Amino acid sequence: MLEAEAIPGIIVNGLLRGAIFALVALGLNLQYGVGKVFNIAYGEFLMVGALVTFMLYTSAAGIDPLVSMIITGSITFLIGFGLYRTMFTSLRNRLPPAAFEGSSLLAAFGLIYIFQNIALLISGDIPSKKIIYLNYSREFLGVRIPINQLVAFGIAIAIGVAFYIFVNRSRLGKAIRAAAQDPATAGLMGINIKLVLALCFGFGALLAGVAGSLVSTYASVSEVMGLGYTVTAIIVMVLGGLGSVPGSFVGGFILGIVSTILVRLELSSLLVPIYYGIFLILLIARPTGILGKR
Amino acid sequence: MQITTFISTHRKLLIGGFLLVILILLATLPFYGPDIGVRENIIFKIATILMYAVLAVSWAMFSGVIGYMSLAPAAFFGLGIYITAMLWGEVPLVVVYLAVMICCFALAMLIGLVTLRLKGIYFAIFTFGLVFLISYLFLYYELNVLHQPGHTNNNPISTQTLYFIMLGLAVAALFTAYFLRRSRLGLAMRSIGGNEAAAAHMGIDTTMVKVLTFAITTLFMGVAGATYGAAMSFIDPATAFSLDYSFKPILMAIFGGMGALYGPVIGAIVFPILEFQLSSDFPLYFPIIFGVILVLTVLYLPGGVAVPIQRLGTKLWTRLTAKGGEAEQYANN
Repeated sequence: MLEAEAIPGIIVNGLLRGAIFALVALGLNLQYGVGKVFNIAYGEFLMVGALVTFMLYTSAAGIDPLVSMIITGSITFLIGFGLYRTMFTSLRNRLPPAAFEGSSLLAAFGLIYIFQNIALLISGDIPSKKIIYLNYSREFLGVRIPINQLVAFGIAIAIGVAFYIFVNRSRLGKAIRAAAQDPATAGLMGINIKLVLALCFGFGALLAGVAGSLVSTYASVSEVMGLGYTVTAIIVMVLGGLGSVPGSFVGGFILGIVSTILVRLELSSLLVPIYYGIFLILLIARPTGILGKR
Repeated sequence: MQITTFISTHRKLLIGGFLLVILILLATLPFYGPDIGVRENIIFKIATILMYAVLAVSWAMFSGVIGYMSLAPAAFFGLGIYITAMLWGEVPLVVVYLAVMICCFALAMLIGLVTLRLKGIYFAIFTFGLVFLISYLFLYYELNVLHQPGHTNNNPISTQTLYFIMLGLAVAALFTAYFLRRSRLGLAMRSIGGNEAAAAHMGIDTTMVKVLTFAITTLFMGVAGATYGAAMSFIDPATAFSLDYSFKPILMAIFGGMGALYGPVIGAIVFPILEFQLSSDFPLYFPIIFGVILVLTVLYLPGGVAVPIQRLGTKLWTRLTAKGGEAEQYANN
């Protein structure tokens, strides 16, 4: 069972995990909240980010994961932007909004298989993919903190804050918020709606790619890691509330702490069922999420 | 009498007869063929096709008509496999089926009552994770309660039995889909698919219709899984709850087209054949091809291949009847 002394450790580790969950959910929030694509291939962008980081790190150049973050972010941004401009825009032009949601979901379903198996083709024969990066820990107020996770945490928080400021203060952020509320009216107000939506989808993919780089610094990488992160991102997003940046962080931290407790109790095989239990209770009690608007 | 007019007046009878001939051929198929090994192999492949037909038809029966995307055929299929893994050998198959049907129905009702009241997307989200949820629960149970991963099936059913049960299931699923289309319930389903708010205002209990039909369609998935599970020699959560069983039936139904009853069946015939041909030579390329086909179908063939097939059929028919008409005129002159 849990002792009282374990609580600070759980909270710290939960926050470390939760920040990454939040970053992952933030990207999906952007893709679904604004782009209206329920992208169940979302985790695959994270997988691409993690895999590219691993490849660059183990290549002859030995590029630092924090540097390759910029590269993976750009790659996933381009993939996301390109996909939206081609596939999803053509679906959007042809279908009414209700049908678009279902069709884009199915198209994304196909993307999962394309991404995963291309990744397997490229790197499937490498047996174990794990980067040893900043692999030591420091004791702080009686809690052992792994440095690589602390770095990932710091970057995730910084990106979250920067993103929040971007959405709420910049001109493009205003356009994004307008497009999220009512794309048709926003288009009439002179916003290039197609560009804004594709940018949002691309930014979502970028966040996933960056999160992938961060994850790869402390966890092992695999071609099939994406689905698990998609599920986590979905639950965090619904937990925090669709379209809310602080909500994603609240949801991420809650899930991070819950998962740390479960790992501590050696119940990690029950992680997904318990995530879903939380999800189910939330759907019954408050379908709009903790910080979501009604 | 003109052949074309004969066909058009007896159209239903002819289609029924044609289907009956196919059914008789399929039902007697295990009894001919030269070599017993080859025969066994072919029967197994057709049984696989029939299994996917059951999954695709039952998926399209709900999601295709109502428009709520269930991403969880694998959850119910896997549940069927798993309950069989635990019960088969101790009780007769009929009891296993009964247990599977009760579990699937109860689970579907539960999920439906919670998520189908909400917007469609929540249903898709929830069913997407359902496969993981159930699979991890079974994994936990095996590791921590049974302390032994997986189940060995000491007495798997023969390929022939598998084949006949799958054939029966496929026929049952098609009949259910056919009659559901023509029933009041089917009409209610279609009106929900068209405009849910309007359907509710017409006095349809939309939640009840959605939950009930969802639960009915999962019965087929569960029983198909139970049959498949009884034929497998080793079962563990990873094989039973493979996402492929969600992905492939959906792909088949979409590729074939859900507007026509035979659409999902076309998909269920095409993809396993492709897979049999490709999987040994290109084990990594064929899932990519499947993914690309799914994306392209969603983009360019929203109604599936059933739409061009139907169009072609009408075109041929009009040409045939036009020619027939001319011939008749000549004959009269």
